[in-house]
Amino acid sequence: MTAKHITAMSLAVAALALGSGLVWAAGQYGPGASDTEIKIGQTMPYSGPASAYGTIGKAEAAYFAMINDKGGVNGRKINLISRDDGYSPPKTVEAVRKLVEEDQVLLTFNVLGTPPNTAVQGYLNDNKVPQLFVASGADKWNDPKKFPWTMGWQPSYRIEARIYGRYILKNFPNAKVAIVYQNDDFGKDYLAGLKEGLGDKAGKMLVATQSYETTDPTIDSQVVALQGSGADTLLVAAIPKFAAQAIRKVADLSWKPNFFMTNVSASVKSVMQPAGFDKSQGIITAGYLKDPNDPQWQNSAEYKDWLEWMKKYYSGGSLADVNNVYGYSAAETLVSVLKASGNNLTRDNIMKQAASIHDLKLPMALPGIVVSTSTTDFAPIKQMQLQKFEGQTWKLFGEVISGSGS
Amino acid sequence: MHQFLQQIFSGLAAGAIYASVALALVMIYRATDLVNFAQGEMAMFSTYIAWTLVNAGLPFWAAFLITLAVSFVGGMAIERVLIRPVENAPVLAAVIVTIALLLIFNSTAGWLYSYTVQDFPSPFPDRPVFGALITTRDLGVIAVTLVMLAMLFIFFRFTATGLAMRAAAQNPESARLCGIPVGRMLAIGWGLAAAIGATAGIMVAPVLFLDPNMMGGVLIYAFAGALLGGITSPVGAVVGGLIVGVTENLVGTYLIASQLKLTVAFALIILVLVFKPNGLFGTAIIRRV
Repeated sequence: MTAKHITAMSLAVAALALGSGLVWAAGQYGPGASDTEIKIGQTMPYSGPASAYGTIGKAEAAYFAMINDKGGVNGRKINLISRDDGYSPPKTVEAVRKLVEEDQVLLTFNVLGTPPNTAVQGYLNDNKVPQLFVASGADKWNDPKKFPWTMGWQPSYRIEARIYGRYILKNFPNAKVAIVYQNDDFGKDYLAGLKEGLGDKAGKMLVATQSYETTDPTIDSQVVALQGSGADTLLVAAIPKFAAQAIRKVADLSWKPNFFMTNVSASVKSVMQPAGFDKSQGIITAGYLKDPNDPQWQNSAEYKDWLEWMKKYYSGGSLADVNNVYGYSAAETLVSVLKASGNNLTRDNIMKQAASIHDLKLPMALPGIVVSTSTTDFAPIKQMQLQKFEGQTWKLFGEVISGSGS
Repeated sequence: MHQFLQQIFSGLAAGAIYASVALALVMIYRATDLVNFAQGEMAMFSTYIAWTLVNAGLPFWAAFLITLAVSFVGGMAIERVLIRPVENAPVLAAVIVTIALLLIFNSTAGWLYSYTVQDFPSPFPDRPVFGALITTRDLGVIAVTLVMLAMLFIFFRFTATGLAMRAAAQNPESARLCGIPVGRMLAIGWGLAAAIGATAGIMVAPVLFLDPNMMGGVLIYAFAGALLGGITSPVGAVVGGLIVGVTENLVGTYLIASQLKLTVAFALIILVLVFKPNGLFGTAIIRRV
């Protein structure tokens, strides 16, 4: 046996070892993952009271279709199983159990709504199934100690309200603040966040609070009461219909407060335009996504990419609906986590990668806003930027503000 | 004091909305002896038809008239196709059909037009008047409600069809023996109620903003208004609606927290049913057998 032979043989052995090593590495699969496929699951309110958000699931499916057409993630196709839960938590539990136990999905992604996610959080954590990028603005998804398998995505309502509170405290320290909020977790998070943002002076500065029920036909009476309190600053934490009513009533009353509007109702198309552009001037909100109706983005390459994708993969979707930007951006965040997971598609590694996102830029997020997480920070997006309504669009002003900490 | 007046006028504006829907409820009750839980959703759907026509470029009043005609025919068709088969069944069956209609109209509108809030043009100018106590648009809604009231009053009191309709609702057998085409009367009743609902929807859409859930809350307050005024009386429906609107504002602002406003409406419904089932203006329906 010559030295040449030995070299050749050891090379062959090495190649074999390397080859099997590759095969072995590719075999690092949790349930739902294979050489060809990554199976993920979600529930969405395609029917029922929150069905307006169902378009998010459709947009996400359309985004994965585009990724699959481009060859998938590291050669694997994404298979999204998206089930209707009608925004009803018992149905969510049933559907998610089916996804985990029968369909054997690798993870759940962007399950929509605070009550549905609350209903399955315990189950998913007990079974160590990633509950990734929860589609809810509640603050409670960022709790890695207690729920290491649950992670939020969007800035929470509380973070947003804190940003308003801090801005008011800094720029209008003598303001008399009034808030009207929806009487549920969503509205109450704003009230709590606003108080946190105002800090020690909350007791003195917050002069009036009013709430409304979603069954109320109008919130005119609440707005009248807030004006009567002598407030000069107003925060409206309401869903679009009531937000538009509030804008109009404030104008009808000839009231001119410093007007802050929740990002939930910052849509140019479904709030500002119906309420009237003339009545919406000067309203301040905090945002993190680009509004597809906003002319200032419509010449950007990022918007054009989004538009082309909408036309090709989701032609039934509304180009005016910011939820389609939301779904696009959330799906993109997941794809980036899957890419980073490489060939190690176990549930452990997915969570590890999800918890180590560094300054990921999303094309349809506002400039300067990045996604970042760590083992102690499960709130991927926590920055927002204030914007003021001028003409027919939101004009960004000031710096990107972080709302983390309390 | 100014705030107190503001609350009263805001209440009147909201009350006019309840009153206009309450009128449609009274119409259908007088014409068919039924309470139609889908009345609000039918009105919402009619409003979407008007919205489509206006967006297609039609002038407001043309769209308005076409919508009324379409709603009238649609209401008659619903009666013929869906209500007639359960006509002789217990009243619960008809109630369930109307609840099914409520869900069908709501989901269909969401599916066709999406849940995005839409702006709806108002035929009236939009200016605060009387020291910003009320806007000209709200005054317009009140005026239209009063005109509808007058027309209904005249219809039931002074026209042969109105009289025949009341007879057909209250005692179909005897009415039929007198030569009144009961079936046609019931269908016309549904048609008219749908047209009144459409008017209400078109008037309130600029105020509440148009979305598939626009009428959900309104219907409950309209019921309270109709019952308070007496479900057989158009005048009662309007007075009842206005009282409910003002009461919920004053009670919500000065007596209890505003989150209990809806509770006030329900409490009112129960109080009326217990203590004065015929309402303020209603008449007891006496049936001879």
